[in-house]
Amino acid sequence: MIRNIFTTLQALVIPLIGMIVFIMLWSMAASNINTSLGKFPGPQAVLTQFSALYTEHKAERVKEKAFIQRQVERNAKRVAADPDYVPKMRAYTGKETFLDQIITSLVTVSCGFLLAALIAVPLGISIGLSKTLNTAFNPIIQIFKPVSPLAWLPLVTMVVSALYATPDPVVPKSFLNSMITVTLCCLWPMVINTSVGVASINIDLVNVSRVLRLPALKHVQKIVLPASIPMIFTGMRLSLGIAWMVLIAAEMLAQNPGLGKFVWDEFQNGSSDSLSRILAAVFVIGFIGFLLDQGMRQIQRLLSWDKSTASR
Amino acid sequence: MNEILNISGVVMDFPTPKGPFTALNNINLKIAEGEFVSLIGHSGCGKSTVLNIVAGLHQATNGGVILNGKEVSEPGPERAVVFQNHSLLPWLTAYQNVELAVKQVFKNTKSKVEMQAWIKHNLNLVHMDHAMHKKPDELSGGMKQRVGIARALAMQPEILLMDEPFGALDALTRAHMQDTLMEIQNELRNTVIMITHDVDEAVLLSDRIVMMTNGPAATIGEILEINLARPRDRIALAEDTTYTKLRAAVLSFLYEKQRKIEPIAEHAKKKSEMKASNSAAA
Ligand SMILES: Nc1ncnc2c1ncn2[C@@H]1O[C@H](COP(=O)(O)OP(=O)(O)OP(=O)(O)O)[C@@H](O)[C@H]1O
Ligand SMILES: [Mg+2]
Repeated sequence: MIRNIFTTLQALVIPLIGMIVFIMLWSMAASNINTSLGKFPGPQAVLTQFSALYTEHKAERVKEKAFIQRQVERNAKRVAADPDYVPKMRAYTGKETFLDQIITSLVTVSCGFLLAALIAVPLGISIGLSKTLNTAFNPIIQIFKPVSPLAWLPLVTMVVSALYATPDPVVPKSFLNSMITVTLCCLWPMVINTSVGVASINIDLVNVSRVLRLPALKHVQKIVLPASIPMIFTGMRLSLGIAWMVLIAAEMLAQNPGLGKFVWDEFQNGSSDSLSRILAAVFVIGFIGFLLDQGMRQIQRLLSWDKSTASR
Repeated sequence: MNEILNISGVVMDFPTPKGPFTALNNINLKIAEGEFVSLIGHSGCGKSTVLNIVAGLHQATNGGVILNGKEVSEPGPERAVVFQNHSLLPWLTAYQNVELAVKQVFKNTKSKVEMQAWIKHNLNLVHMDHAMHKKPDELSGGMKQRVGIARALAMQPEILLMDEPFGALDALTRAHMQDTLMEIQNELRNTVIMITHDVDEAVLLSDRIVMMTNGPAATIGEILEINLARPRDRIALAEDTTYTKLRAAVLSFLYEKQRKIEPIAEHAKKKSEMKASNSAAA
């Protein structure tokens, strides 16, 4: 009992000490670094910026409400004066706040990741099941796998511009560009891990299926898919981690909305607060990356029978 | 004698990088309905290969297997297999593992309620009703093997094929399993082919013991009729002279006529080669 309390205390106290040491070292180092934009931000400056960013967000929302309110009133007046008038609403085009950028990045990474999973899991299963498909796809995968997804970005941008030329798009082009880049970078780890998982199913389990004469679809559903779930999740966690890193870089590079653009804009802005705001963004990026992995881990716990791989 | 299975002229060549390797040469065996036959022989002689050919998991290079007048060409639930390492699906409970088989085999002939009863009945037979909602991870080796047997029995096979079903178990558990199997056999009178390394097990359970010569090109060396009365009792048999003689006959075949002196390193190499080519074949 006492031992138990001691171990939980230990589990809480040791990370806390680590944290405190880190913050101390950071503030010490920060006060000694002078950049052209002033002193390197310490913990205090970053905290201040967090609340400033939140206040800005709230202010922006108030402005948006007022804008919409004004439009509604104006439209009502015009309709009263002229019953044939069809009221028009213009969207608010204020600056995206830090919170907006977070949401954009999160939506982009989720959509890109889901699209990749939809393609990669069936593809990986087919490749894992068929020697012929494996031989056919292997060289392509091996060549594309080491390519930084950022190298695709210009091509993706051009192709999206060429193919997605509707006058009033459902989703902005910039969103598609970032999303497809994420998809491209998630694809390979997922395909490879899924196919390896499928190809390395215990031969005895396959024999069980053969003795039962399970039809092909049932075989995949009852044997192949559950057996390779641990490997599929390994691939998914790996690619989600990479995707989050790549997305931020892609947003910086292409000036697509998101956290990356926020960082880049602040850098270009060059005010005395910029560095502390960038650092605040860095913390948020790291924290979200951590949450994404934890989220995947929880889903893996729920879905996977192999609890040993889920606890890693 | 009502013949159910006929293995005739079976030859098995495995393709290897150094040309074909003849594992089996001219295996001939007839098995009667309700008979319990053990296959015994030194490691690597080709027992599993024979069983896999009967199961339809391997195709013989020459010759063939006829079960109930039909030629065997692919695996099927009428030839249920109990694998050496249980091979239960680890993500399903004991009940669900049996259910998968029952749902597949009886999908057109049994109602939902009948299936449930049938699954429970088979788990009862192997004394696994108390732990049927546990996953394989939570079961001991012997319990897993029991579920594997229940799954095979639940398919209501025409012949039951067992590849060293108790090979991985300790001596005490093994004895328990043998007793359970005898008990089930008393009731169901299944036709069984069982591979074993254990001479006592073979004599205790079988109606006939088929002894294989050493490979390569292994074949059937001798066949021994075990004419001991059933039900058999292991303690009473220990002092039975017929039992002792039969046991001695098997031992003399294995350790005098088919003595095998193989350096350990070479055997290990063979085993790993076999594993490699097995997974390549899959
Ligand atoms: N797929 C394969 N490719 C090549 N050779 C094989 C293959 N499978 C088995 N063999 C060879 O056939 C012979 C018989 O193998 P088998 O597995 O039937 O032996 P066994 O009697 O079951 O041995 P054990 O008692 O160790 O299980 C061995 O020499 C083995 O090396
Ligand atoms: Mg074997």
